[in-house]
Amino acid sequence: MNKQDYILSINDLKTQFKIGKRVVKAVDGVTLNVRRGKTMGLVGESGCGKSVTAHSIMQLLPKAGSIKEGEIIFRPQNSEEFDIAKYRKTDKKLRNMRGRQISMIFQDPMSSLNPVYRIGDQIIESIIQHERISKKAAIKRTVDMLEMLSIPQADKRIMDYPHQFSGGMKQRVMIAMGLITNPELLIADEPTTALDVTIQAQILELMQQMQEQLGFTIIIITHNMGIVADMADDIAVMYMGKIMEFGAKEDIFLRPTHPYTRALLKSVPVLGNGGNDRLEPIRGTTPDPSDMPEGCSFMPRCDLATEKCKNAPPYEDVGNGHMVRCWYAKGGAANE
Amino acid sequence: MATVLASKQKVKKSSLAKRNLQKLLNNKLAVFGLIVVTAMILACIAAPLLTPYDPMKISLSERDLEPSSNHLFGTDKLGRDVFARTLYGGRMSILIGLSGAIGGMLLGVIFGSLCGFFGGTLDAIFVKIAELVSVVPQLLLVLVLSTFLGAGVQNLIYVFMFTGWVATFRLVRGRFFSLREESFVEACRAFGIGNLSIAFKHILPNCLGPVAVQLTLNTAGFILQEAALSFIGLGVPSGVPTWGNIMNAAKEIIVITQSPWLWIPPGIAIALFVLGVNSLGDGMRDVLDPSQL
Amino acid sequence: MSNQSNHTEILLDIKNIKKYYPIQAGLFRRTIGHVKAVDDVSLYVKRGETLGLVGESGCGKTTLGKCIVRLHRPTEGELRYRFDEDGEYKDLLSLDKKESFNARKKIQMVFQDPYSSLNPIKNILTAFDEPLRIHGWTNANERKERVAELLESVNLHADYMYRYPNEFSGGQRQRICIARAMCVNPDLIVCDEPVSALDVSIQAQVLNLMKDLQKEHGLTYVFIAHDLSVVEYMSDRIAVMYLGKVVELASAKKLYYHFEHPYTEALLSAIPIPKIGEKRQRIILEGDVPSPANPPAGCRFHTRCHKVMDICRVKSPELRPMKNDPDHLVACHLADTVEDIAEIPADAV
Ligand SMILES: Nc1ncnc2c1ncn2[C@@H]1O[C@H](COP(=O)(O)OP(=O)(O)OP(=O)(O)O)[C@@H](O)[C@H]1O
Ligand SMILES: Nc1ncnc2c1ncn2[C@@H]1O[C@H](COP(=O)(O)OP(=O)(O)OP(=O)(O)O)[C@@H](O)[C@H]1O
Ligand SMILES: [Mg+2]
Ligand SMILES: [Mg+2]
Repeated sequence: MNKQDYILSINDLKTQFKIGKRVVKAVDGVTLNVRRGKTMGLVGESGCGKSVTAHSIMQLLPKAGSIKEGEIIFRPQNSEEFDIAKYRKTDKKLRNMRGRQISMIFQDPMSSLNPVYRIGDQIIESIIQHERISKKAAIKRTVDMLEMLSIPQADKRIMDYPHQFSGGMKQRVMIAMGLITNPELLIADEPTTALDVTIQAQILELMQQMQEQLGFTIIIITHNMGIVADMADDIAVMYMGKIMEFGAKEDIFLRPTHPYTRALLKSVPVLGNGGNDRLEPIRGTTPDPSDMPEGCSFMPRCDLATEKCKNAPPYEDVGNGHMVRCWYAKGGAANE
Repeated sequence: MATVLASKQKVKKSSLAKRNLQKLLNNKLAVFGLIVVTAMILACIAAPLLTPYDPMKISLSERDLEPSSNHLFGTDKLGRDVFARTLYGGRMSILIGLSGAIGGMLLGVIFGSLCGFFGGTLDAIFVKIAELVSVVPQLLLVLVLSTFLGAGVQNLIYVFMFTGWVATFRLVRGRFFSLREESFVEACRAFGIGNLSIAFKHILPNCLGPVAVQLTLNTAGFILQEAALSFIGLGVPSGVPTWGNIMNAAKEIIVITQSPWLWIPPGIAIALFVLGVNSLGDGMRDVLDPSQL
Repeated sequence: MSNQSNHTEILLDIKNIKKYYPIQAGLFRRTIGHVKAVDDVSLYVKRGETLGLVGESGCGKTTLGKCIVRLHRPTEGELRYRFDEDGEYKDLLSLDKKESFNARKKIQMVFQDPYSSLNPIKNILTAFDEPLRIHGWTNANERKERVAELLESVNLHADYMYRYPNEFSGGQRQRICIARAMCVNPDLIVCDEPVSALDVSIQAQVLNLMKDLQKEHGLTYVFIAHDLSVVEYMSDRIAVMYLGKVVELASAKKLYYHFEHPYTEALLSAIPIPKIGEKRQRIILEGDVPSPANPPAGCRFHTRCHKVMDICRVKSPELRPMKNDPDHLVACHLADTVEDIAEIPADAV
């Protein structure tokens, strides 16, 4: 594949938090390629570093956190590629990139909107930050966008305050804010975790429709394997700050290779199976990120673990870009 | 099973109090406060051992002496030893401050728990009373009450209790409002555990951290107020030595300029004690904050 | 696997339960309306089964659960409970004080948030101690033995009893909560979203544990969740709730393939399934759930229903058995239900 087909290439990204004397290696060597115009799903348990990865891409880390190593190459359509990790947080290049070229939707729609400003003003604000445009044109675009996101009577609702909107509508406003500047990459960090399933279905459907119309790339972060099965083209499975397995959706669901991916798939009930197959829980709990085991981080919970796993396994291609971080990925025990 | 229990009992009995003490000892500010406060209280209690003088004994032959090895802090106009007076005065000041604060705390905790737990009319009434007490400037209230009740150590303590319960009341009531919605309280209810037991055995202990912090703040505040009131002659009768009363002597410019030993020692004692209590309180707040490990 | 024919005896018969929360406003806190959180729900729970309760946020699942455990007093209705296998049914809401206290032993609850379910300043032993003591374990050593036994039954070390809640992970806490609910030997446990707050990899531990305990102790569960996959995994029968009402009730197997209510259909189709290949037809519901303070007239679902008819806007359908399957109840004008409740064969309930 051509380099230009990847809108984003992350190489060996390491992001750490320093809390007192403790160092939390939240992201510990993430390597990822995101295909232009496609949807990449980033899945993993709580605390595995999904949000920190996303915030690293935007360089929106809190004070205690910083990118220690690695590169994040962003390749916009009509301008030079650049390494986000090289710039400082406050650099003009990044300020211009955020919201204009890369947008982000956060987990909690309730707290992402400022309660004292009108919905419309908040969306218009994000246009005006990046473009010289008349107020009237900005309002028009806002209303059009909200209508596209099926908010009824959008021209009137832009005068409302956030508390007058329901959770699902707020999340749609967040999407509108993310998309109004026509970004090339949309990072959605658990966009539906706080919402009901029927509303979740609305939002996911909307995101897919918008992607078809506008052609942007999506990185969707979630812990729900069902959502990635629905939405994603490529899937990255993350565990304790590392990508354990990466591949096309078919690779992950039909040929899961890493023991963690397999365990994850077997540990959730699947609708329609009834109570028939007993779930297979993953042993133990996730280790403390400031006190990670040597070698493979999944070793303490892995059924296949051997002496060999005390050394960090390589991140290898097992065919067609299906990447696995396991000693037994290539025809080893993991494949039975 | 029994053996398992017996052997493990020794290994793991990490008491919460013990861990909190450990945390407290790791906090420099708190340790400083703790040392200052304990040292001063001990010194005041052990006053007879530290000084041979009687703080009340007037000795006209030794009037207005400068500090010397005989009289560490000198003597006052009536020849009383200032060091002895500062120590014995500390006893009274700390007693007043502490008992006022403890009394206020008890009232606040009891009213706050009941109101916070049961809500309703009782709550509405107490909230109004608390509002009334707190809209009147506290010093004015103290003034009015102490003129009304007359000066006296006991009366001053009552006055402080009367004004001091409000802060604790608000705090406890607020904590109760949020804690009573927590699932562990509902779990207690589901077992049929009685209301009073839930309120006082299950919820209240969760409020005691902030209450203890409030206690230290109140103690410090009351000691300062006692000093202020006594200074203007509305606090403790002038015969009883308290830090405030000792400083009362320094009302005249001439005393301030000519005999600094009369007011500097009690002044420093007050400042140091209040500083100590406040640091202890701040330290405790950090220690009891569950988000800090 | 729990076999349906095994449990035939009705343990709890929930009859026309309503719970209205007053909405108060103004200076004098006048009641200006009611949130109809649970509005006329009738269900029964058989001894030894798991009754699943699903629905979206705010549809009244927790409220119904708390009414069953008597943490809320229903505005109206009866909770007829059978204390002994062959005893009489008694209304839990009209017991005298002593009976009422003793009945608390029979019905327990596991709460949604494992982090607020345990008192942070009490160690596990103390947390278990008082319930055990007031319910007849008078000997302190016996209580300790009992706590050890309970902790081991939820796969935790007995000596964890001296630890404090903040030393446990979410999954461990939820297991402790399950042990606590079981400490007084209840018949029925209402589990309110017991795994929603847990990590995906931990959920399975707790779900499997609950199944094992049920088998071992013959427990009956009312299992509340918004995630249909989880409910389906756990339940024998499933009740689907919408805005305070039960819209469909069927066996877990039936519900997935032979749903009747359009809401159930939409709910099922909205659940993302971690499988690829089979492209399901997704039904996207329009708009949001209306407010339970001011539910739509007629069928409460008509504002979002993709099969809405004229009658739905005026007449509220009742929950009735299907003609071909009396165990499958639906509240929809489209469903082929029996016309008159009187027609239901007596043995069906
Ligand atoms: N501001 C911060 N300060 C310190 N540590 C942090 C901070 N933010 C995140 N971390 C740590 O980094 C790790 C990864 O966190 P992250 O938020 O990326 O997890 P996540 O995969 O997004 O989880 P979730 O599904 O819960 O959102 C965690 O161990 C977390 O404790
Ligand atoms: N104590 C209360 N006072 C007033 N209204 C309440 C109270 N508890 C719940 N409600 C309202 O009753 C309705 C049903 O709430 P309930 O908690 O039973 O929903 P639920 O189905 O459990 O939802 P979730 O999935 O979010 O837990 C909601 O509209 C809620 O706002
Ligand atoms: Mg996150
Ligand atoms: Mg609920």
